[in-house]
Amino acid sequence: MGQTIVEKIIARNIGAGSVKPGDIVTTSVDRVMLDDIMIPFIADKFHEMGFSKIWNPHKAVLIYDHLVPSSQLDDIRHYKAGDAFALKYGIEHVHRSDGICHQLMTEAGYVKPGDVVFGTDSHTTTYGCVGAFSTGIGYTEMAAILGTGNLWVKVPETIKIIIDGTLPDNVMSKDVILRIIGDLGADGATYRALEFAGAAVERMSVSSRMTMANMAIEAGAKCAVFTPDEKTAEYCGIVLNDFQRNLIGDKDADYCRILTYHGEDFVPVMACPSQVDKIRKVSELEGLPVDQVFIGSCTNGRLEDLKMAAKVLDGKSVAPFVKLIVTPASRKVYQEAAACGAIKTLVEAGAMVTHPGCGLCCGRAGGILCDGERVVATNNRNFLGRMGTSKVEIYLASPAVAAACAAAGKIVSPI
Amino acid sequence: MSVGKIFKFHNDLDTDQIIASQYLLLPTIDEMKEHAFESLEPDFAAKVTPGDFVVGGENFGCGSSREQAPGVLKALGVQAVVAKSFARIFYRNAINIGLPVIVCRELPDAVKTGDEMELSLTDGTAMANGKSYSCTRLPAYMQQILSQGGLIASLNEQAH
Repeated sequence: MGQTIVEKIIARNIGAGSVKPGDIVTTSVDRVMLDDIMIPFIADKFHEMGFSKIWNPHKAVLIYDHLVPSSQLDDIRHYKAGDAFALKYGIEHVHRSDGICHQLMTEAGYVKPGDVVFGTDSHTTTYGCVGAFSTGIGYTEMAAILGTGNLWVKVPETIKIIIDGTLPDNVMSKDVILRIIGDLGADGATYRALEFAGAAVERMSVSSRMTMANMAIEAGAKCAVFTPDEKTAEYCGIVLNDFQRNLIGDKDADYCRILTYHGEDFVPVMACPSQVDKIRKVSELEGLPVDQVFIGSCTNGRLEDLKMAAKVLDGKSVAPFVKLIVTPASRKVYQEAAACGAIKTLVEAGAMVTHPGCGLCCGRAGGILCDGERVVATNNRNFLGRMGTSKVEIYLASPAVAAACAAAGKIVSPI
Repeated sequence: MSVGKIFKFHNDLDTDQIIASQYLLLPTIDEMKEHAFESLEPDFAAKVTPGDFVVGGENFGCGSSREQAPGVLKALGVQAVVAKSFARIFYRNAINIGLPVIVCRELPDAVKTGDEMELSLTDGTAMANGKSYSCTRLPAYMQQILSQGGLIASLNEQAH
């Protein structure tokens, strides 16, 4: 019997020849991500458990992103708790303003293909873009990992998603994952792994794959994985070893479900208020007035996203009364977008460019909205009240669609 | 276990509704709990009494990994969350903090807010409106974590 990618990763991690779905195994954790919202709670639980040292401080990464820059005085309390914890237990990988956690974990080289990684944020599924097994957990379990280096997991069943052919020019990987979430439903992949394959996926950049792995949780998935290839190796700055090169879903592996799509069949879509699986074609929503547009987040704040937005807005202006907020996913993305001229184009079009962080996506700062307003946003959740009051309408879309809407002042399809 | 009042919620109830992100910076769970379900039931914290039940549909607790979501429900004295199915991270977090999460396929559609119910964790049954429903029984080790009050208490117990 062959194995899925996730089964291969877990089997190697625990030193077994093979594992099967449903097996409960204790993993040795390769890396953990702690975020600024959860760090005071992680510290409290760590102390409550009676630990006096972190199993391997080098494997822990602490990232301040939800609260950067501070918008409330309480935010500073979290920085202080984080700094004190890092200092006391020797965590050296601390990022205080470098970008959004999920962007940094792969961009800064903390996660490699085949790793087992946990983070205190549900979008930790993102690191499957480089072929890692990664998922979100609560702060109590994070404290337990910090003390022991281990966490038990149930080996998930895998849903294989094959996308062959070529995507149309106006379709981004965001449109692809939104449609898949719509097809699976918000709980269609609960407890399961998503494994992506096919010609359209192979052609995608690591950044595009990141958008899809990031949103796997919106179908309830435990994780989402892509086979590491030469693009992955270049992105991670490594040469793939035999194990990493072999992270391919075997033909005779046991998949609980296989979905096949043709790239040519995808069109620009949106997730409508207030469920991520409420997917409609953009063409069916055209004309709805828009108050604000947000391009950013760990889902779609990367260089290719900002370049796409700049391409759409080149020589155009943001429509009157519309606010366009652009948030690069990291300092590095910000620098690269500045160097290539994308930032200049966006600013000339009328965008407000903010420092990298989670602020608006989690409704904490930098453009929160009020009753009756409608926002087109490139982030991953349109839950009630997510970006302001509970009477804000959030439409999730790709950067190409979002930029087109900003110029038009209403929902329109990208060219 | 004792009889409690039901608060009923819809399918795909996400953790942002249980506790919105703007309240996650409050210093303690006790301060956060006043805002539980605020967007859907602004008076929830005032109306819920210890021993009451939260009943949901499919995919209860989807969305963020925030452990504060089961945390505020436990702090308000919610006896258990009963739903047709649970999102993975919420389920795991709830067990770890000692909040019973029970899968029951039929009960949610048969009850409404204000009804009363009774739950037996050991039998795997729930009673509501004079009818008995079978629920998924928790595996022994999860029951043990729950009976000891969560993961930390359970780990400490093992250490002694």
